[in-house]
Amino acid sequence: MTANKPSLPIVENFSRRAAVKGGFATLGAASFVAAISPLRHAAQNSSAGEFMQNHYTELTPEQKSDVLARLESEAKENYGADVTIGDDRPIPGTKFVYAINLSVCNGNGKCVEACHKENNHDRATNQSYIRVLEMPVGTMDMEQGSTTYTGIVPKDGKFYLPVQCQQCDEPPCVDVCPVKATWKEEDGIVVVDYNWCIGCRYCEAACPYHARRFNWKKPEVPAEEINPDQSYLSNRIRPVGVVEKCTYCLHRTRRGKLPACLEACPTGARVFGNILDKDSNIRWILENKRVYILKEELGTKPAFFYYFD
Amino acid sequence: MKRTASLFFAAMVCTVASMTIVSLTTSVTKSDASDNAEPDQTDWKQGALFQPAGKMISSVQNQGFASETITPTKCFEVEIRRPGGPPRVELAGADPQGRAGSVACSTCHSVRKPNVDNRTAATLDEFHQGLQFNHGTIACYSCHHSQNTDSLRMADGTQIDFADVMTLCSQCHSKQAESFAHGAHGGMNGFWDLSRGPQTKNNCIDCHDPHAPAFPKMIVDFKPRDRFNEPVVHDHGETTHE
Ligand code: SF4
Ligand code: SF4
Repeated sequence: MTANKPSLPIVENFSRRAAVKGGFATLGAASFVAAISPLRHAAQNSSAGEFMQNHYTELTPEQKSDVLARLESEAKENYGADVTIGDDRPIPGTKFVYAINLSVCNGNGKCVEACHKENNHDRATNQSYIRVLEMPVGTMDMEQGSTTYTGIVPKDGKFYLPVQCQQCDEPPCVDVCPVKATWKEEDGIVVVDYNWCIGCRYCEAACPYHARRFNWKKPEVPAEEINPDQSYLSNRIRPVGVVEKCTYCLHRTRRGKLPACLEACPTGARVFGNILDKDSNIRWILENKRVYILKEELGTKPAFFYYFD
Repeated sequence: MKRTASLFFAAMVCTVASMTIVSLTTSVTKSDASDNAEPDQTDWKQGALFQPAGKMISSVQNQGFASETITPTKCFEVEIRRPGGPPRVELAGADPQGRAGSVACSTCHSVRKPNVDNRTAATLDEFHQGLQFNHGTIACYSCHHSQNTDSLRMADGTQIDFADVMTLCSQCHSKQAESFAHGAHGGMNGFWDLSRGPQTKNNCIDCHDPHAPAFPKMIVDFKPRDRFNEPVVHDHGETTHE
């Protein structure tokens, strides 16, 4: 049995194996092998322990602490950084909601940079979960926005629309995942188990807000720039070949802190809070300002609001 | 021709049969070897557990969130940053020992007669040269106290400390003050959850120069290099995205 252990360790995992079999049935062997060859390269970069790992939601507490310890030592080995990876769970009685004041946002992009640093994104690509769109005044159609603006902001006749994961209550990205590697948690945050994701990118295609990112290459971050305060479902350094997204900084917000993008915003355009707390800022905004959501007609029910004042 | 067709058919049948056998044996060996692996359904059932939670949350939102609310215990404060006190004016020259110095507003203003009518920087011909003033048509002594220049003046003439500048601004900018009080205006740092830690908020003059309060223009200095940032070239072979 040990002699003919499959070369692709992912078939050891049950539902992923089901997906692989499904792939065989529809594609035919040769084309399937060709299609997954990038995954095989990804597989070679990963430890056996990683591929033996169960789905996050099925790990026992002991297995979980083993996994976290393994990931911490991998961060030391691959990046030379001493990190702590926590397992932050939702705080009972919280449902996180974000709002942005578009009258105030001037498109300076400090949030984009803060996300880049906080979430240990690849340095060369300046990756970030936030895009700020420069929009012509008079429309909320984000497809008309441009992200390539530079120079002095704000510009006349424009307003600025920061877009990141809207933590939808009806998330299409979750529905399409063939292996349930992404799901919505009790506090509203849509998370990805980066060790379960097979990198099929269905979710990236399904998200109407272009909120998901695919790791085309191993993220490169110098050891001294790595943010060591990490969480399993959040800003730990993601492997190559998986999809990632904004998690409302759950490694901060589930510990009571404000998200990094909010703290970095020099205009104070960003507001974050618990919508179940009737005294919260966010609740006041929803009750007193005229708020918009993006692509309302799609029925995704975002937990992300925009307002003008 | 017929022979070739039947040969081809036989080959197909064999392939399908062998694939079935292979897949069956793998699943058998799998269930033999599985100590910790749970049945296939468990995966999906576990995943499904999250569905009701999500549904519940959205229904809370749909009901206008009036029914299910909580008021958490708040043990920490929201601290609003305040200016240290009256500003000190840096002296242009140095004293005979070469020391630079700064003086209080009252150092000069206590011996000079206030010009309560002045409302522009252009007529300040002795001091405050180069002051940018662009804050409506209000006069200097609308906000600065003419008798005690180390303090500020409310519209009704009451004297207040520089540290309480927000009270002064809020007289005209009540809309902003209301939003500020609810976290919808002005930046903040720290904790959203005041049962776990404190929060610090900016005050008006951290972001707005009181003499020229329009928020300054900024320069964009950080851009992700992602596929939405580069024009997609539709000519094959030259595509530069991703
Ligand atoms: S914004 Fe996109 S990634 Fe985020 S929950 Fe909605 S569909 Fe999913
Ligand atoms: S790429 Fe997205 S849809 Fe595909 S497995 Fe990963 S999380 Fe699921």
